[in-house]
Amino acid sequence: MAEPTATLDLSELRRRARPQDIPQVPTITICGGTGCRVYGSEMVADRFRQELDAAGCQATVELQVKSTGCHGFCEQGPLVVLRPSEIMYVHVKPKDVPEIVQRTIIAGELIDRLLYVDPDSGDHISREPDVPFYKHQQRLILNLNGLIDPLDINEYINMGGYRAIHHCLGELTPPMVIDTVKRSGLRGRGGAGFPTGLKWELCRNQPGDLKYVICNADEGDPGAYMDRSIIEGNPHRVLEGMIIGAYAMGARRGYVYIRAEYPLAVKHLRAAVAQARAAGFLGRNILGSGFDFDIDITLGSGAFVCGEETALMASIEGRTGEPRPRPPFPAQRGLWGRPTNINNVKSWASVPIIIDRGPEFFASIGTPSSKGTMIFSLVGNINNTGLVEVPMGITLRQLVEDIGGGVPGGKQFKAAQIGGPSGGCIPPEHLDVQIDYDSLRSLGAIMGSGGLVIADEDTCMVDFARFFMAFTQEESCGKCVPCRIGTKAMLSTLERICDGKGQPGDLEYLTELGNEIKSASLCGLGQTAPNPVLSTLRYFREEYQAHIHQGRCPAKVCKGLISYSVLEENCTGCMVCLRSCPTGAIQGAKREVHHIDAEKCNRCGTCFSLCKFDAVQVV
Amino acid sequence: MIAEKYAEEIKGIIARFPNKKSAVLPLMHLAQHEYGYMSQEAMREVAEILDLDPTQVLSLSGFYSLYYEEPVGKYVMEICNDLACALRGADQFVDMACRKLDTTVDATTEDGLFTIKTVMCLGACDRAPMLQCNLKFEENLDEGKFDQLLARLREEAVSEQKSPSIVEKIVAYAK
Repeated sequence: MAEPTATLDLSELRRRARPQDIPQVPTITICGGTGCRVYGSEMVADRFRQELDAAGCQATVELQVKSTGCHGFCEQGPLVVLRPSEIMYVHVKPKDVPEIVQRTIIAGELIDRLLYVDPDSGDHISREPDVPFYKHQQRLILNLNGLIDPLDINEYINMGGYRAIHHCLGELTPPMVIDTVKRSGLRGRGGAGFPTGLKWELCRNQPGDLKYVICNADEGDPGAYMDRSIIEGNPHRVLEGMIIGAYAMGARRGYVYIRAEYPLAVKHLRAAVAQARAAGFLGRNILGSGFDFDIDITLGSGAFVCGEETALMASIEGRTGEPRPRPPFPAQRGLWGRPTNINNVKSWASVPIIIDRGPEFFASIGTPSSKGTMIFSLVGNINNTGLVEVPMGITLRQLVEDIGGGVPGGKQFKAAQIGGPSGGCIPPEHLDVQIDYDSLRSLGAIMGSGGLVIADEDTCMVDFARFFMAFTQEESCGKCVPCRIGTKAMLSTLERICDGKGQPGDLEYLTELGNEIKSASLCGLGQTAPNPVLSTLRYFREEYQAHIHQGRCPAKVCKGLISYSVLEENCTGCMVCLRSCPTGAIQGAKREVHHIDAEKCNRCGTCFSLCKFDAVQVV
Repeated sequence: MIAEKYAEEIKGIIARFPNKKSAVLPLMHLAQHEYGYMSQEAMREVAEILDLDPTQVLSLSGFYSLYYEEPVGKYVMEICNDLACALRGADQFVDMACRKLDTTVDATTEDGLFTIKTVMCLGACDRAPMLQCNLKFEENLDEGKFDQLLARLREEAVSEQKSPSIVEKIVAYAK
């Protein structure tokens, strides 16, 4: 364990921690999350530095240019927010930068074409908090993502970071910390929703002086990327949560198990651990309290099942990530046989907020059974894709319509898949459901880790369910029979239905098998794998029936049940489709109506997507 | 022999764990770096260093998807075709990419440059179709952008050889 190279003076820490969240130093914050980087946000940040130098601004006012973590509104990136005015510009390119410097920063004018336009009203919105996407959110965990440089520990400290660990070590005994977490009502954010304080207490009460805490950052649900964004944008808050937890439970060693597929998050996390160690928040005798704790980072090697806690521990130990039966629970026998506590990234990140702002504050947000906020990644057929943090108890309709801006292209909302491959689909008639652990469960979905995939009217729900089944079948570790064979059998039945070869009795078979897999599987992966199928069977049964009994895919998606044909009156004989057809199934000559040979056609849809004259139709 | 070539490094990795056997996954990355994939030789060497049976290393190699059991191209393009991406046309994108490179999923192009794989969620659902090429995300792709990417990589591959291969990247980062 490393000796701290410097110990921060606590009174200094306290003095530097300012109560307000918005920096008063004029700052240009540029989103540097993975999403905005792809759009060129680093080039935008560099250009700002150059232009400000050229304009002589650096010399006259204290003005900072900061690459921050993900702001969440990925759809509109690269995002630039000027603070303290909170003017937000969207889709900013390097060539826009000189104009922003000259007109906005120096002359104080707004540049209309860079402002966000509300698609509903057509209004230009100048301030970040007034944008509907942000207005309905309550950003407790993500609040600093757009404000601080994640590679600089001092910025987190300046915003009140590490104040909670100082408070715990200085004034609270470990049982008092656990009591505080219990009173906050925090439930595990990894999916199952087990009360966090209770879990900590179980671990604390185990005998032995070698205990471990683990942060589960093996995020892998299709459609979920909030853990990645938290670690990229504010890794110190996760570390602070872990240090507090370790203190409360008496753990001396912690691990962050993170997906190797997240390079930026790994880089930020490594930097954060090194800085926290140098500042004396990790290592021996933390902040002079006599408490020793250090954190190591373990990279996942590409296996979804490792997000399951017993599989995750097996993977850290260097074994295949296969779950084992519980009990014994990790709190009793965990990593290398020692008492271990595993929490999700969002749970750990909530802890400093609970300590710092008080359990009553945290418990005042949400519903009687679900406290605090939840982060969702809104993806699929929705206008505002991105990360959103909302109070528990908000309705799905608010999430989809007010924050998400509804379904694009004037199409109808068909379903929201919540909770990833363990979750279920919620149909339009239940859009007013409250988002909390129990309400979602009653509809056959789960809170899960926060993936929220929106499907529009053009989505085939049988195909949708097949997707998730293909996912869990692929990722099943193969240890227990119900999951290994059962998911395979469900998948082949679904594939048969999508191919137009469904048989009477298939739906009853899927239901029966699904319920058996749920009750007999070893771990959470298998126990929840049938949910997407069962919930679509519950709400979209007539769509399954159309496939089986009428040989029809109502959404015109399933290749075995559709065919393409040319609408003669629209075809101009331009030959575009003919040249691109991979199977040579299209015949015709220039300026003559083309025809599709159904025998040769493999239904790839290339002609349909290429035709500019709407002359190819799906029947 | 990685045991001699990386003696110091191996010692450091083993020291991070309470028991030697737990160091197997990072050592496998090292061996994969040396041999380009998890060859039989690579598995035997790792097993020997850690007093494991080679079949134990083989089972890990088969279980975790970041270990390659066959040689791969210099650039491994892992295209996500999971649900959220499929809703944005990822399957058609995979077909297009294979057509373009005259290859199939999991096969390597004849020039040894490209391997296309399909993967489960990479957490960039809002920017599909997307792929991860040697650990770098390429997002919001279409045919035109894919052409540009191929051109850039082909140029990079012949220019100075300074761009690391996927295996080199993974090992650098798994340390």
